[in-house]
Amino acid sequence: MTDIATYNFAYLDEQTKRMIRRAILKGIAIPGYQVPFASREMPMPYGWGTGGVQVTASIIGPDDVLKVIDQGADDTTNAVSIRAFFRKVANVAVTTETASASIIQTRHRIPEHPLSAGQVLVYQVPIPEPLRFLEPRETETRKMHALEEYGLMHVKLYEDIAKHGRIATTYAYPVKVEGRYVMDPSPTPKFDNPKMHRSPALQLFGAGREKRIYAVPPFTDVVSLDFEDHPFEVQTFDQPCALCAAENVYLDEVILDDHGGRMFVCSDTDHCEKRREAGHRGHLAPESDPTSQTMEPAQ
Amino acid sequence: MDIAAQSIEGGFADPVFNAQTVFRAVMDAMARPGTVQPLPALAHPPAPLSATSGAIALALCDNDTPLWLDPTLHACAAIGSWLGFHTGAPQANTPADAHFAFIASPAEMMAIDGFSQGTQDYPDRSTTLVLQVGNLASGAPLLLEGPGIETSATIAPAQMPRHFIEQWKQNSKRFPRGVDIILAAPEGIACLPRTTRIKMMGA
Repeated sequence: MTDIATYNFAYLDEQTKRMIRRAILKGIAIPGYQVPFASREMPMPYGWGTGGVQVTASIIGPDDVLKVIDQGADDTTNAVSIRAFFRKVANVAVTTETASASIIQTRHRIPEHPLSAGQVLVYQVPIPEPLRFLEPRETETRKMHALEEYGLMHVKLYEDIAKHGRIATTYAYPVKVEGRYVMDPSPTPKFDNPKMHRSPALQLFGAGREKRIYAVPPFTDVVSLDFEDHPFEVQTFDQPCALCAAENVYLDEVILDDHGGRMFVCSDTDHCEKRREAGHRGHLAPESDPTSQTMEPAQ
Repeated sequence: MDIAAQSIEGGFADPVFNAQTVFRAVMDAMARPGTVQPLPALAHPPAPLSATSGAIALALCDNDTPLWLDPTLHACAAIGSWLGFHTGAPQANTPADAHFAFIASPAEMMAIDGFSQGTQDYPDRSTTLVLQVGNLASGAPLLLEGPGIETSATIAPAQMPRHFIEQWKQNSKRFPRGVDIILAAPEGIACLPRTTRIKMMGA
């Protein structure tokens, strides 16, 4: 029998969607400003992407194609369960292919494949306030944003240099959006920061526990904070991906044994699979490479 | 049709999916100022509220969003009751209390600094203006720059407010405070978020 309780399309009720949609429009109109919204309880715990899920649920339509990644991977728990959630509550098409997705929900990576106009990238954000660890009071951080008073953030980066000789922040690296708001790009590696700058895709950020939505419209300046004598730099890797030999991509370390064996592979699984299908081979790639296990079986 | 029937007829045929279609058109227009997002006539409100602005009201307004209607719309009782029946939104006492303002005669509208501009702490608490324009191609061309626009874009909405360029410059100066504009034309939607810089063509 199928007469168990059915949900509204995309799980959320219509009034909630309207409230989130209004917040998204304000976010787009004020790039980098964190719009408060009445975040709902979702059928998953905080920290599992409740903010991103609410944003995706509010924008998604029956014609959308959804991709979900968790640290670049399509096949880890968070990505698989959110993709299954939307297939169940919205019956939308899902994909692992970056280029064919219209909405990409992401936890902490931006795909290696360049995004195109018309795509929407939805970030799951744990702590939306870039100043929170410097100033715990919301009343104060709000005032600092209002007065464009970001000296504290530069002091923090300077203290990095004084202590470590370089800016030691490697993820959630603060950016300034359109010359006004300092924004937390969510805990993406700073490797991905340059991809946000003037991206043709719309970028939406949802923080469920902290109840904030913010946005970066397409073709918007997103500049990583730095100093003249310590310019912003991204991570570099001294070897290519062990499976697909890609260079200039973000790599994950994989421990192979308990004797110090390790390999470095693409964090973006779709990018890596596409390259291997195209015949690229890294030094640890198996001879005949089975790369066809990209999707979980259909229900 | 009598007023009672007018205020009930003409809502979304499919509330969930029509609202999503309208919202995505507004979102895309807001994210890419200067582009026109086509929109079929999904709502049929009483005249002079247009199908496009009626659809925007149904998609975005509810009992959390006080509305303000310009004198042209306010004069028609059926519009107030249509919006009340379909959205449940209260009417704002003053333009500064409104979350959304619907304007059928932009050429005669009040100054845009009379609407809520938000505060420096909460710039999102500003009025979103929905301007009904005859079309987006026959007016004085506006050259747009800013976030969402790769280099520049042009639209030419007809019947824009008086001294619009000058008023918009003032609006930009108030950033992050300021109003956002949704242009509702019969062929679709275009948006002017507060970040968009406008120049008259050839000026």
